[in-house]
Amino acid sequence: MRRTWFRRWGGLRSSGINPPGFHPSQLKFYVILLPLVAFMLLPMLFIFSHAFKPPDELFAYPPRFFVVNPTLKNFNDLFNKMSASGVPVSRYLFNSVMITLLTVGASILVSTTAAYALSKKRFKLKKALFAINTVALMFVPIAVTIPRFLIIERLNLLDTFAVHILPGLAMPVGLFLIKQFIDGIPDEVIEAAQIDGASDVHIYWGIILPMIVPAIATIAILTFQATWNNAETSTLYINNESLKTFAFYLSTLTSTTAGANAVAGQGVAAAASLIMFLPNLIIFVLLQSQVMNTMSHSGLK
Amino acid sequence: MTTKTSQPPLVAWPQASTGQPAAGPLRQWLDREGSAYAFLSAYGLAFIVFIVLPVLAAFLLSFTFFDTIQPPRFLGLKNYVVLLTQDEVFMKYVLPNTIQFAVIVGPGGYVLSFLLAWMLAQLPKLPRSLLALVLYSPSMTSGVAMTVVWLTIFSGDQNGYLNSLLLSLNLIQEPIQWLQSPRYLMTIMIIVTLWSSMGVGFLAMLAGILEINPEMYEAGSLDGISNRFQEIIHITIPSMKPQMLFGAVMSIVATFQAGTIGVTLSGGNPTPQYAGQLIVNHIEDFGFLRYEMGYAAAVSVALLLMVLFFSRLANRLFGSEN
Repeated sequence: MRRTWFRRWGGLRSSGINPPGFHPSQLKFYVILLPLVAFMLLPMLFIFSHAFKPPDELFAYPPRFFVVNPTLKNFNDLFNKMSASGVPVSRYLFNSVMITLLTVGASILVSTTAAYALSKKRFKLKKALFAINTVALMFVPIAVTIPRFLIIERLNLLDTFAVHILPGLAMPVGLFLIKQFIDGIPDEVIEAAQIDGASDVHIYWGIILPMIVPAIATIAILTFQATWNNAETSTLYINNESLKTFAFYLSTLTSTTAGANAVAGQGVAAAASLIMFLPNLIIFVLLQSQVMNTMSHSGLK
Repeated sequence: MTTKTSQPPLVAWPQASTGQPAAGPLRQWLDREGSAYAFLSAYGLAFIVFIVLPVLAAFLLSFTFFDTIQPPRFLGLKNYVVLLTQDEVFMKYVLPNTIQFAVIVGPGGYVLSFLLAWMLAQLPKLPRSLLALVLYSPSMTSGVAMTVVWLTIFSGDQNGYLNSLLLSLNLIQEPIQWLQSPRYLMTIMIIVTLWSSMGVGFLAMLAGILEINPEMYEAGSLDGISNRFQEIIHITIPSMKPQMLFGAVMSIVATFQAGTIGVTLSGGNPTPQYAGQLIVNHIEDFGFLRYEMGYAAAVSVALLLMVLFFSRLANRLFGSEN
């Protein structure tokens, strides 16, 4: 409080970082930011608007950006549709929801346990293992698509439900962020619990987890985005149509829109895109303050 | 998993623990470090199977000829020699494209992220959060959801939104095949990727800027720092080097990871006249279309080395000295 007062009235030139309210000096930033933000918003507004357009507006000439007579027809068409191989769209959506929920849950468990060990347990290889994980931040999964495929094939994971979940569990960024966050919890808290006779599992579950909710929210978002938007797993590792995901289904829709099938596909594809996009947005809006809280621990030294 | 629960309080106090005297070294080690490894096991397993092994396999396969039907045949360095001397497509299109794309999207997206984060930090909380949400949300869409938007906007007939706009403004006389034209494909790929480049690194830098102690700025102004630009160079960036480095690594990874955008937009691999062909597409071309897995692995290794190189560079710029 005093610092704010000092900056505002203290006569020293204020830095302007994180100001408490509006000040005319901020106008220049709005002048730069607002047009840019509006430009960046356009593609997203477009999804919303396009998904609700009736056919005559979808293919009107000249094309119109905003919908005039919104309709749910595209969504109806989408859910009455079958894929080329007879799998209903709701099946893809169900797969996606299940896979995403399971992956997010498993990923939270796997990363928080490992982060707890790397942050608070004492063992010889601790520093080395964390350093390896830090190097792995640079890992570009797409570079090793082929050896990954060969390994998944050897493990007999092709065409299984598990192949959607398992490869996403080791997420170096997630472990990194959570570990940094747990580092912020003083060791005394844990030592006190140990003196009281608390077990490791109890310390992890009862003390650490409740204190790192922001970090958990962050990894939940990152895993959610990586899984929900993932069409590649279905393309590469799954032949059984009824095990594929909604993201995959959407990618088949857009590849036909590019071709001759444009007339039938576009509205449905737009509706599906909106269904793909909305959960990302909602979850981030709900959790964004937690994410920002975690990100201030994100520094890489 | 059961090791964690079987002897709870003992783990923390190994000296006071076992009733039996003179336990074996393995037993002692388990008492001391066992629970740490138990906690690490699930992540460690996934990490080894899906990150370490693939990288090792890529490295080993890159020295072989492997078509997935017969067992790999050892070739020595031949794949790398071919890549550097005989692969005309790689040298003529893929490498220059990748460098052009990476140099503009990587540092470009990074600088843009930083500047936007810095400007946002000058605003009060509510408008800042709203604007940050809009800037961040493109990075959540990751390709597949947005494809339909790009295909409609850049559609090649007069019904495409961009064509229609330019036609009505009389800037062009006839519709342009944006996504099929070697002239425009790369530019569109770069714009689309830049649009979605305000990701995790952007949030980290925004948080980093907000965390800087205001007294740093007050001290700076006493030391004669007179304008905002000097302030950024001498105070803001040095005070948040760790976040700058994290942001840099994230933007390098995102840049290379975005490599399939050309194929998504143009609808096929290879892209029209290789105009949008990036190294990632080259890997898929050889691996999944021609089944030359050994050669594809060599290209993968080249890609991993590129990422490593750029990350080292970022480390030079922002890493702590020791």
